[in-house]
Amino acid sequence: MGRLAALAGTLLTPHGIDRYLELIDPMLVREEIRAEVTEVCRQTPGTVTLTLRPSRAWPGFTAGQYVRVSVDINGVRRTRCYSPAGSAHRPGRLELTIRAHDHGLVSRYLHRAARQGLVLGLSRPEGGFTLPDPRPEKLLLISGGSGITPVLSMLRTLADEDHRGDVTLLHYAATAADVPYREELERLGARPGTRVVLAHTRGGAGRLRGRFGERHLKEAAPWYRDARTYLCGPEPLRDAVAELYADAGLSERLHTEEFTPPSMRLDTSDASGRVRFTRSGTEAANTGRPLLEQAEAAGLNPEHGCRMGICFSCTQVKAKGAVRDVRSGEVSDDENEEIQLCISVPVGDVEIDC
Amino acid sequence: MTGLQDRLTPQQVEDFGREMDELRQRVVADLGKSDVDYIQNVIKIQRSLEISGRALLFAGFFPPAWIAGVGALSLSKILDNMEIGHNVMHGQYDWTRDPALSSQRFEWDTVAPAENWRHSHNYIHHTYTNILDKDRDVGYGILRIDPEQKWHPYYLGNPVYAVVLAFMFQWGVMLHDLEFDRVVKGERKWSEFAEVRKRMLRKASRQVGKDYVLFPLLTGPLAPLTLLGNASANVVRNLWAFSIIFCGHFPADVESFTEQETENESRGQWYLRQILGSANITGGPLFHLLSGNLSHQIEHHLFPDIPACRYPKIAPEVRAICEKYGLPYHTGPLHKQLFSVAKKIVKLALPGSGRANAPEPSTLNRDRNLEAA
Repeated sequence: MGRLAALAGTLLTPHGIDRYLELIDPMLVREEIRAEVTEVCRQTPGTVTLTLRPSRAWPGFTAGQYVRVSVDINGVRRTRCYSPAGSAHRPGRLELTIRAHDHGLVSRYLHRAARQGLVLGLSRPEGGFTLPDPRPEKLLLISGGSGITPVLSMLRTLADEDHRGDVTLLHYAATAADVPYREELERLGARPGTRVVLAHTRGGAGRLRGRFGERHLKEAAPWYRDARTYLCGPEPLRDAVAELYADAGLSERLHTEEFTPPSMRLDTSDASGRVRFTRSGTEAANTGRPLLEQAEAAGLNPEHGCRMGICFSCTQVKAKGAVRDVRSGEVSDDENEEIQLCISVPVGDVEIDC
Repeated sequence: MTGLQDRLTPQQVEDFGREMDELRQRVVADLGKSDVDYIQNVIKIQRSLEISGRALLFAGFFPPAWIAGVGALSLSKILDNMEIGHNVMHGQYDWTRDPALSSQRFEWDTVAPAENWRHSHNYIHHTYTNILDKDRDVGYGILRIDPEQKWHPYYLGNPVYAVVLAFMFQWGVMLHDLEFDRVVKGERKWSEFAEVRKRMLRKASRQVGKDYVLFPLLTGPLAPLTLLGNASANVVRNLWAFSIIFCGHFPADVESFTEQETENESRGQWYLRQILGSANITGGPLFHLLSGNLSHQIEHHLFPDIPACRYPKIAPEVRAICEKYGLPYHTGPLHKQLFSVAKKIVKLALPGSGRANAPEPSTLNRDRNLEAA
């Protein structure tokens, strides 16, 4: 089959075999990764859960990783990162649970319009937010809101492995109605060694109430000092956990997926200089926004993914000038340096090879 | 040659440029799914024609099948090169962010590598349209197509070169990027083109490999017929592309410019030069499709990165703006434009301007001369 495909590729140059196969059925592609929606379920009011059947090039993923998912909205391909929520041991099946954000173009579209048969584009799985092998004896998973997906994937993967060590999932949500997978979480929490602790910041149905603090930690996983902790959630939760672990000297045992965007503290009032995109010959005044947005405003379409500095899809070479990393505030003025456009703001004149 | 700067008053040029910008903005804001559906549909038709053409040639012993096969394959190559390749590689669909429609990734079914062509066409030709010594598409470095090009005995062969170029057009387009003429004159070094040559070799061997080796071999005893069929399809496409492209800039009433008069050009002046330096071809919807909408050369040169299927829709508006400012809008049926180009090629083989008398500038410099007087 491989040799036949190679011959077909030579005969179908320059477009390649996928460009013909997709005309018969978009899921027949051999090299590109795509996935067809086989099931749509809205578990909670603000979320949608998609079950996907990936095309043959999908290599499988490791629990905790994310994929870049593309969907065409009014003719424009939009790409966002999502962590599959399912077990890594179910090949040929992928599950995404997506929360519709108020201003999220893609998440709102998928929440509203996803239906059986919709074909999405996928990247290879990426990211190092994964469990070590062999599995740690004690594991603490902390999540908040839609940050549950990568840690749920871990929990389900461990269940498939019949893992017997101590595992606790401490999950934060506003109310009980905002927790997807409630029944399944209950089942998983009944496994030997596994505990699922729900904490609600508004409403009292869960085991814990209010925001994260040492009290919650001691209640949910008294052994947390000896555990590996995996954390995914909104920034306030991440900051609170990181601070507590730093004070306890445990930062090295804490692994964080910064899946929700860092709040970009942008001060655009003192933006100065000009931005030159050399490859396209485009130039514009610096607006003080991240370079990815400035490039798009200038009519360019640089490749990108997460728009929050984690996936490195938008990496380009900065030939000249200084940029500030919006997450750390750090300014870098090295020549010919690779930067991520989505989290870099120009400081004065900048030249990007893009 | 008429003075580009004398066509309109500076204020008029600015107003004219603004009207063009507004028109462009309106179209860009309206781009969406229907434009993507259109090009995907053309792609589907092209790929189906390609597969049918290749399949029919397996029955090439039966003359009607051979003829139909060559026809389908010719149409496939024409659509691939003109409406799909040329336009996608202009970045007309880059806004879709679909890698299959990306100007930087698309490769077309012809021997010229996309990357080489994008540079000489999108940048050099579209930026310096019809500026002598800068736009390398003026005569392609082979022909004398403008009276301002200095005559040389070499140009006695002008008509012969044109016919050869028409039949070998895909090779002409490929070799164009080696800039032979400038290497001969010592303006560029042969070694500067190492990368360009490498890309040509790779692309050309793939194209030759499928059209002249693999597909013929696959048809077994029919190999010579298949080879002949594939060669015919390539020639049909060559003749068609040559005709459309030569009618875009070289009919008699289209103007060329000097470097001096285009120095420090404003946006409005750039638009103006595109209109004066281009000519449309009239025809029906099918003709426009097969020409890759280059039959709307004027609209294409004004807005090279707007999806070409929009050109017929905005043409009446462009024409109305031209009329408002007293600017010519060159257009005519294919046979008339082709004849005009052919006549020019023959005349310019001989020394002299090839013009009986230079055309009167049709617009404002007459009025301005009057004012000056």
